[in-house]
Amino acid sequence: MATIQTQGFTLDDSGQRIVVDPITRIEGHLRIEVNVDKSNVIRNAVSTGTMWRGLEVILKGRDPRDAWAFVERICGVCTGTHALTSVRAVEDALGIKIPKNANIIRNLMLTTQYAQDHLVHFYHLHALDWVDVVSALNADPKKTSELQQSISPWRNSSPAYFREIQNRLKKFVGSGQLGIFANGYWGSAAYRLPPEANLMATTHYLEALDFQKEIVKIQTIFGGKNPHPNWLVGGVPCSINLNDTGAVGAINMTQLNMISGIIDSTIEFIDQVYIPDLLAIASFYKDWAKIGGGLSGQNVMAYGEFPDIANDYSNKSMLLPAGVILGGDLKNVHDVDLKAPDQVQEWVTHSWYKQGDESKGLHPFDGVTDPHFVLGPGTKGTRTNIENLDESAKYSWIKAPRWKGHPVEVGPLARYVVAFARGDKEVTEQLNMVLKTLDVPVTALFSTLGRTAARGLECSWAAHKMRYFYDQLITNLKSGDYATANVDLWEPSTWPAEAKGIGSCEAPRGALAHWVKIKNTRIDSYQCVVPTTWNASPRDAKGQIGPYEAALLNTPMVNPQQPLEILRTIHSFDPCLACATHVMSPEGEELVAVKVR
Amino acid sequence: MSARCEVLVLGIGNLLWADEGFGVRAVEALHQACVFPTGVRLLDGGTLGLALYDDLTSARRILVFDAIDFALPPGTLRVLRDAEVPAWGRTKLSPHQVGFNDLLAIAQLNGRAPDAIVAIGVQPVELNDFGGSLRDAVRTRIPEAVALATEQLAAWGFPGAPRAPGAVCEPLNAHALALAAYEAERPSDRDALRSGDARVLERALGQRG
Repeated sequence: MATIQTQGFTLDDSGQRIVVDPITRIEGHLRIEVNVDKSNVIRNAVSTGTMWRGLEVILKGRDPRDAWAFVERICGVCTGTHALTSVRAVEDALGIKIPKNANIIRNLMLTTQYAQDHLVHFYHLHALDWVDVVSALNADPKKTSELQQSISPWRNSSPAYFREIQNRLKKFVGSGQLGIFANGYWGSAAYRLPPEANLMATTHYLEALDFQKEIVKIQTIFGGKNPHPNWLVGGVPCSINLNDTGAVGAINMTQLNMISGIIDSTIEFIDQVYIPDLLAIASFYKDWAKIGGGLSGQNVMAYGEFPDIANDYSNKSMLLPAGVILGGDLKNVHDVDLKAPDQVQEWVTHSWYKQGDESKGLHPFDGVTDPHFVLGPGTKGTRTNIENLDESAKYSWIKAPRWKGHPVEVGPLARYVVAFARGDKEVTEQLNMVLKTLDVPVTALFSTLGRTAARGLECSWAAHKMRYFYDQLITNLKSGDYATANVDLWEPSTWPAEAKGIGSCEAPRGALAHWVKIKNTRIDSYQCVVPTTWNASPRDAKGQIGPYEAALLNTPMVNPQQPLEILRTIHSFDPCLACATHVMSPEGEELVAVKVR
Repeated sequence: MSARCEVLVLGIGNLLWADEGFGVRAVEALHQACVFPTGVRLLDGGTLGLALYDDLTSARRILVFDAIDFALPPGTLRVLRDAEVPAWGRTKLSPHQVGFNDLLAIAQLNGRAPDAIVAIGVQPVELNDFGGSLRDAVRTRIPEAVALATEQLAAWGFPGAPRAPGAVCEPLNAHALALAAYEAERPSDRDALRSGDARVLERALGQRG
């Protein structure tokens, strides 16, 4: 192709091609192909989902009141957000209003999910792209203690404590099994933290994974006995009795007090560990404030979340506002209407589906999921073992969603940019604090570092909002309102013959929506557009690239054989394709293959 | 929740992915077959990953049902004990890939590993059938898996009492996901457009042919 100009970027596929493919022997997930120039700078990027699924295959013909239970099983992390989106879609279709308590509890469940998900994402997934675990073994525990005490009042900070953790790590690594730390690019020149910072962050990695189990307990209390929370069309499936002294099922004051305690410790952990770590690590990687911005400085979108007023999903009610920003124009925030046929549309020009005239996009209510697996003439390899994709043709199982024809980035950064543009005070204060602490300009937000920082800030925001919603709940209960569900329209005999509705949710990783059509009391069609569809989107009919593809462009790599830089940027989006399959095998198989061609 | 439980019986896997549902279906079957003494907890763990960390680390012993790939003939059952249960980790693209193995590894590093662990695994026939259910070769092994589990639980000092035939028992998970409802209401291949990736199609055709 030589070079192509699009959206202010120049794509050049003439250099060496590098493929990063998280191969499992079961099925593929997300695969990235890039071309690098002679200086190892990325000049072309291709993002592809390598697995086909459709929710239609499980939901068609089922009872819409059960849809949440199925969508909750799509994957193990997005459980709550898919379930919430589903009950909202069915409630919208059938005109069901939920009680105030149900709204507060749903907000509390979702802020809890934000806190846990962002925390786990940072430490378990993203931190090790920046933190060298093996280097931590060489740290001086005394200096680590000094570093810790200089950045945070967190209680676990003695030299003895860090020495003990270091010994545990040494034993673990020395036993020959790197275990959870296998497959890292340890020792790469791309890692820049001193050993003490590495030991501090690795210690917090262990503490965070241990601590997150406390946060999860809130989901379990409100969601019922099960680790998969229960949901309910019309409200929440738990009853509450403040005076209860042990009756079966109802949530009582003892459990509410336990939740309150967990909220306090969640706020403490995030503000004393996560945020100081984030800032400390970021200060060594400030060049990443200029890398990986992709579309974030141009087009971002948020559906809005945390309705403060039950059943009101307008910006008057939303604590994080909805909106779309185009071309980086923060002064004009556009409103989002998921029902408008000309706003959210999906293209399949470069996706392995057929949908009639492929120069046009389809609104999800008119969505078609008709698989059509064909490879372009430039493909290398075979149909079942693709070496290089041909991105000029169809190349992904992910469709290309667009807002009024524009690719947009979604996620914490998008939410924060929209909130900032809408003049939200709390968000603006948080962003200013980070910019000032790191001494970087406002443009630094539109980067891999900015995306990572926004997630941390939002994690703290969510933890404090857990307290806000908890207090709201107690106040409302004390006023004598115990209603948690509205079952007026529970019986299908009360429903119209045909109905359709939308449900949206800002999942931790970005804007999520479900479109449901109900016919004769059963699901007639169900379409989901998930956050990763927006971010990992392939090209569209106009050749516009998606957010991942844009974010990888112009990234300098230290060593293309060790694609840490690609992982850093892709991980900063919190990708969500590899949902469900895990099969044990006798030998630790290699999951990420890197091929240079 | 946090109270130390004596034995956690965990079914893991994704019930939407054909034989990946083995673990969940096996723990359901065990639950329907027997009542166990206090101290034994049966759980449908799905693919929850880190959300199961509290359950895992609160248990003294763990019995886990799962689909296990040992390159054995499909439908083969295999029992693994303690060190045989792999606790390695993997490079992750997403926290969704936090599997049971990662959980075990993290629990070990944090000094919270269980005293004993037994895995009852089956070699799957088919995973790539989204919305599908167990294949016969796997389904027919469930009674044996349940018997192996009951034996193990008895050996640990927790014998199960068989439920009376036809006795009503609360499902472990949402009613709509119970095996019978899940299978009965599945849309047809044509309605659901259950085709797609050539790699899936070729394999499916190969099996039929």
